[in-house]
Amino acid sequence: MKRLFPIFAVLTALMLVYAAYQALLVAPTERTMGDVQRIFYYHVPSAWTAFLLFFVNLVASVVYLVKRNPKADALAMVSAEVGVVFCTVVLVTGPIWARPVWGIWWTWDVRLTSTLVLWLIYVSYLLLRRFSDSAQAPALAAVLAIFGALDIPLVYFSIWFFRTQHPQPVIGGGGSIDPRMWRVLLINWMAFLCFALLMCWSRYRLETMRREGEEAQALESLLGDDRGSSAEIKNPKVALNRSGQ
Amino acid sequence: MTDATPIITATNVIKQFGRFAALRGVTTEFAAGKFHAILGDNGAGKTTLLRIIAGLARPTGGHVSILGMSPRAACREIGYMAHPSLLYDEMSGMENLRYFARLYGIDDDKHGDRAIRMVALDPTLSRPVGQYSQGMRQRMSLARAILHDPKILLLDEPFSNVDAQSAREMVTLLTRMRDAGTTILLVTHQASLLEGAANKFVWMRAGQVIECTSSLSPGGTL
Amino acid sequence: MHKQSFTGGDAMSLLSSTTGGTITRATLTKDLRLEWRSKDALNSMLFFSLLVVVIFSFSFDPLAEESRRIAGGLVWVAILFAAVVALNQTWARELRNQVLDAYRVSPAPPNALFMAKALGNFFFVSLLEALMTPLFIIFYNLRALGPAWQLIPIGLLGTWALVVNGTFFAAISLRTRSRELMLPLLLFPISIPAVLGMVAATTAILTGENSAHFWIVLLLTYDVVFTTACLALFEKVLEAE
Repeated sequence: MKRLFPIFAVLTALMLVYAAYQALLVAPTERTMGDVQRIFYYHVPSAWTAFLLFFVNLVASVVYLVKRNPKADALAMVSAEVGVVFCTVVLVTGPIWARPVWGIWWTWDVRLTSTLVLWLIYVSYLLLRRFSDSAQAPALAAVLAIFGALDIPLVYFSIWFFRTQHPQPVIGGGGSIDPRMWRVLLINWMAFLCFALLMCWSRYRLETMRREGEEAQALESLLGDDRGSSAEIKNPKVALNRSGQ
Repeated sequence: MTDATPIITATNVIKQFGRFAALRGVTTEFAAGKFHAILGDNGAGKTTLLRIIAGLARPTGGHVSILGMSPRAACREIGYMAHPSLLYDEMSGMENLRYFARLYGIDDDKHGDRAIRMVALDPTLSRPVGQYSQGMRQRMSLARAILHDPKILLLDEPFSNVDAQSAREMVTLLTRMRDAGTTILLVTHQASLLEGAANKFVWMRAGQVIECTSSLSPGGTL
Repeated sequence: MHKQSFTGGDAMSLLSSTTGGTITRATLTKDLRLEWRSKDALNSMLFFSLLVVVIFSFSFDPLAEESRRIAGGLVWVAILFAAVVALNQTWARELRNQVLDAYRVSPAPPNALFMAKALGNFFFVSLLEALMTPLFIIFYNLRALGPAWQLIPIGLLGTWALVVNGTFFAAISLRTRSRELMLPLLLFPISIPAVLGMVAATTAILTGENSAHFWIVLLLTYDVVFTTACLALFEKVLEAE
């Protein structure tokens, strides 16, 4: 398993290069928007990847609450972190795309705004993990993940309805997509998925090593204590005196 | 000498807080109707063990069985007292007990009244608990713990910051309760107070039970 | 010989009286009584709400025509900030002297405690709203052009939406550093659909330009979903050591 990692890393790098080549040079130029539309090949796959990762986080959180499996908790943490990274990409590429095309940085576009709220929820998730003690963080964060998942449909519908009352431009374009563009989109998504998997994998390994290190340290500190003091405990009265009576 | 039936059993209990292992495989039993003193230095794991038995913490490994059930399932038979008073400073003693009695499904004043009298306090005292002396507060906290007539009483450092006279009176009261059938587990580092009162002394160090003795003098190993 | 205090019959009646309802009521009356005894917290909260209204009135000129359009948003944002101050106090009394341990060690169901705290918060935030809303009406010369009675369900549902999650996240924040900052940090993102609903509904009624129906249904859905989630998961939060 360990040897697979560098091979996979190289593969991913190659895929990313190929995908970029496809997106920037091979894909046909969009009729109305021109070359700026190519950002679509980064915006959309990032969104799909982020959503997938947050879904993984939800499942891992539920598994943790039910089974109390520390591996599930590690997976939840990792998928949330990488998910926020991809979500940030979505939020940055959205306005970059919108500005030259429609002349405004932000609209109340349903998908983009829902993604913003999703990003906010998961940043608060990461902050909760950072601000709580290591013993409690897993359960609390898992609960928050469930709340976030319940919230997202409500977020989407509320913004969607709000938009029907206040119509504004749609980022991301509606209508059908040229099959050649679809192909490039999927290639990019594959590359992004591999990249996400790579990041999760390495982060997961890091986290597992950190936890194992903690356990080893805990065990070691106790063994060290033991060596010096076992002799004295044999006589309770001595122990009594040492407790400061 | 054989122990009476164990009412609390701890089997290989492990508790890890990140880098620190507070309990490292504790296996021990507590007999019914006996007064147990749990002793050891700071950091020995005494409080952690007691909290796990009370159901306030979950072990990382191993398990605890009380009357054949998990600690949470046996909660009705457990009374818990710690160094913080676990009382509302803004209410009087009787008001506090009246409320906590509700948590146990008791809606009369009899239990609270009796508990307060048992710890030699006045049930009609209307002063808020926040204005009590330390000794009075400890006694009221004990009253709260015994309010629902639990079979098992868990006390964590009940004598800290209490004057010697109050501490002795509390030990006498606890001994009386033991004689009436209550199982007592008392964590303290002031072992001398319990000489002659406790049936069994459990010594802990660095997250393990080192030995159990029946008295404080050397050579009295069970 | 162990003193038998409970017979079988006693045990059964004990079981039935430890229902959530009794404990919720007992906890709620205790909290209200304690709050009444020392009105410090209540008075400072009321004064804070007043300050928020005044600051908003200075910042968003009440005479301008646009202010009337955004009044719905102003009122609810002001309520949101005042509510956070109240919500941060939810568990303050239980934190002192580790009273929460006494609750956890008892057979009382955690949900009974949660409902009592949530209802108590609902009462207090409603009190704050009762102070702030008339002031807004006065400062901004507000008048509802749509069906004004709908403002009542909007107010109730919106307040409960803030309070139910606020009480829950206040409990989560107990276990964190920067406790009082953590509460709004967790509450605001999750509350976005509810806040949008409250504001849009109120604006619809005030301007009379749209129907508030969708928003009322949204708020109702939000309340049902999250009240269920809070009741289902509160125990996990309480038991997190």
